[in-house]
Amino acid sequence: MTRALTSHEFDAVPEVTRLATGERGGLPGVQSEADAPPSPDELRDDQVDGPELSARLAKTWGTEKGLIGALSTVDHKIIGRRYIITAIIFLFLGGLSAVAMRLQLAQPESKLISPDLYNQLFTMHGTTMMFLFGVPIGEAFAVYLVPLMVGARNIAFPRLNAFSYYVYLFGGIMIWVAFMLNIGPDTGWFSYVPLAGPEFSPGKRVDFWAQMITFTEVAGIAVAISVIVTVFKMRAPGMTLDRIPLFVWAELVNSFVIVFALPAVVTASAMLILDRLVGTHFFNPAEGGDALLYQHLFWFFGHPEVYIIFLPATGWVSAIVVTFARRQAFGYIALVLSLIATGFLSFGLWVHHMFTTGLPQLGASFFTASSMLIAIPNGIQIFCWIATLWDGRPVFRTPLLFVIGFFFIFVAGGLSGIMLASVPLDTQVHDTFFVVAHFHYVLIGGNVFPLLGAIYYWFPKFAGRMMSERLGKWHFWLAFIGFNVTFFPMHITGLMGMPRRVYTYLPEMGWGSLNLISTIGAVLFFASFVLFLYNIISSARRGPVAEPNPWNAGTLEWAAASPPLPQNFDRVPVVTNREPLWANRDSLPVVAGLSVENREQIVSTITHGRADLRESSPEPSIWPFLTAVATTITFVGSIFTPWAVVWGSIPLALALIGWFWPKTSTEDER
Amino acid sequence: MTAGSPDPQVPSGLLPHRIVLNARQMPSYSYGPRSPIWWGTLGFCAVEGMGFVLAVGAYFYLVFVNGTWPLSAPAPDLFWSSLHTVLMLGSLYPNYLAKRNGEREDLRKVRRDLVIMSLIGVALLGLRTMELGTTHVKWDHNAYGSIVWLLLGLHTAHLLTDVVDTIVLAVLMFTRHGHGKRFSDVGDNAFYWYFVVASWLPIYVIIYWFPRWW
Repeated sequence: MTRALTSHEFDAVPEVTRLATGERGGLPGVQSEADAPPSPDELRDDQVDGPELSARLAKTWGTEKGLIGALSTVDHKIIGRRYIITAIIFLFLGGLSAVAMRLQLAQPESKLISPDLYNQLFTMHGTTMMFLFGVPIGEAFAVYLVPLMVGARNIAFPRLNAFSYYVYLFGGIMIWVAFMLNIGPDTGWFSYVPLAGPEFSPGKRVDFWAQMITFTEVAGIAVAISVIVTVFKMRAPGMTLDRIPLFVWAELVNSFVIVFALPAVVTASAMLILDRLVGTHFFNPAEGGDALLYQHLFWFFGHPEVYIIFLPATGWVSAIVVTFARRQAFGYIALVLSLIATGFLSFGLWVHHMFTTGLPQLGASFFTASSMLIAIPNGIQIFCWIATLWDGRPVFRTPLLFVIGFFFIFVAGGLSGIMLASVPLDTQVHDTFFVVAHFHYVLIGGNVFPLLGAIYYWFPKFAGRMMSERLGKWHFWLAFIGFNVTFFPMHITGLMGMPRRVYTYLPEMGWGSLNLISTIGAVLFFASFVLFLYNIISSARRGPVAEPNPWNAGTLEWAAASPPLPQNFDRVPVVTNREPLWANRDSLPVVAGLSVENREQIVSTITHGRADLRESSPEPSIWPFLTAVATTITFVGSIFTPWAVVWGSIPLALALIGWFWPKTSTEDER
Repeated sequence: MTAGSPDPQVPSGLLPHRIVLNARQMPSYSYGPRSPIWWGTLGFCAVEGMGFVLAVGAYFYLVFVNGTWPLSAPAPDLFWSSLHTVLMLGSLYPNYLAKRNGEREDLRKVRRDLVIMSLIGVALLGLRTMELGTTHVKWDHNAYGSIVWLLLGLHTAHLLTDVVDTIVLAVLMFTRHGHGKRFSDVGDNAFYWYFVVASWLPIYVIIYWFPRWW
């Protein structure tokens, strides 16, 4: 059944008491500065309008020109754009290392790549894809889009956000420079002990890996907290919990998973580097340590990691499906609850990565059951999306094509996942190409295809121009075919017994032709990314200019200009519906009364989204960048001497004090 | 004022505005959960608390794997660590006062409380240094020593961070910046100190008492 939306289905703009708390800032009986009336000399946005308001706000919220200005920026869109571009560059680097491995495996006994380089390549491939692309790309989109979608002018803690980006960038550069210098890590993306321990991996290779973890996890946690607080406290008035866009819900749940999962990998990698550098014995059985402790800590992070990669993708899919189906999401509540359930369940699965380590029977059964259980919320989401499309009037543009591709590939990966949840089968195919096929179906299907759709979808907002639809369709089909030609045969090579992480194999094994097919697929898949890159660059230069809302979508980011001005919105919107722009097609209800000369934004209440405070947002500052530099010196130095932590903490502390010390005549004072 | 009416000069495609709420009279900051910083602090407490939980989990994992505990070393001395713990508990009251006087925006008392908290913090760091000398094991002796020093190191890092933060805030309150929203920061600093104390208590019991009971 297809049904058009009519205006009476939307709530009217509610009365003011439902939109604002009207409470004082100070505590009862206290004469607080918080309640002082605003200075009458300060221009406010109920006194100006139109282009003058836009121009003045753009000046207030803008970023200074020049290098210092660029490094001082706290604009979430600029940081978000850098985050997205950097993560995609790492996607390409990870992809290139995969292509190199595929070329080596194309035929038996190939001499193209040495075993040592091959070890570094598969380690760099996994490490880059998981830590430098998979986690950051979801957060990068959150940094850019969440403030826009909740109607805020900047992310909560914009300086922390800027710091996070630089730390991430420096960590990524560090490990790739190490690889270029032939000291790249070579013990796999999870660096299991005892192989990665001091006895079997002397030298600095694994230390670079362990510190790369520290860099990326510090960055990841910082963004996660900024996103959580943005969603909790920065929502536009009227955006109650059940009006939060599904993308924002996905990023919120994702941020919570990050907050509770990332400390585990930091603990694991910290123990590893301590074992290697200062002689601790966490993983040394001869002195009371235990190697499996590492696996437990690693996978307590590592399984939620899969969902850290997948959850933002569900947000992209929800946004794209709703817009192109031209109806509100079917089963909004079910979708939100599925996200939350997935977040919780993701912490109960880690041991299924350790089925071959000799677990007690009961433990194995429990983790089999929980691994199957998580298929339920994921299944609910898929059915809700299909129902939304079924009941809508879908428009098959490129973003939706990638979503359809995601359905096919992700469901196929989910099916082989159900197979792997069973211990006997897992034991048989453990460490074979069957597992490689499975998780590439899940990860590329579950993250990369929605990501490509998301880039086509939001590119007009990011760049102010449309991407080529014709090239987009070519790109989709090339990627879809290339992907399946690469990875489907790996199921069979795996069942035939080919192990992962071997640099070559003998011709008698009979794996040659399947491997050749996979390599041909990889070349096609690679070509699809070249086409994608060409489409991005040519569209950014010459694409048709985008309107603010080119897809006629319903969420708030489309109420801003394309690309948005520094202030995002000239006045903070008031939200009356889950799809605010479909509910208000003629005019946008807004809040007025905020400063035009200072960075003021609305702080609201968590559940009801009532406007509560007009708090100032931090000004640009060079200190987050300097703090990130000091952090980098400390972390890299600690690879060579533990004392680096001691002397490195001095510049770090100074930089932090510089960061938090209020500046003269800035809005920090108010 | 033309703000309410559709403006022909609005850039093409952008919706004209209809003002339904005015924020002029809203307060410019507040305390506790009304303030975004409070939630950020809580977020970092959650992250670091998770780190403590995992380190404690690793501790008991190693106990379970080894059976005997502590490994070839006597349990650490109680004197300095207990003194440290008592002073930590004692610091809760001046910490509470700092938070309350911050909320009352009473600059004179806030200055006094922050100076007291800074001195207590420095004293605690001194006691911690003494305490580290009486563990009877080094991190490189065995896995027991490694995990004890990991727990102590993790907590000392938090202690040091909050003491430095308290000192900086105390100095700040003696400058011309000591007014307005800074009072809210005093409350958040006190909130984090509660976390530093709360995370210490289980670690104290685990490091110093558990090996005696096992």
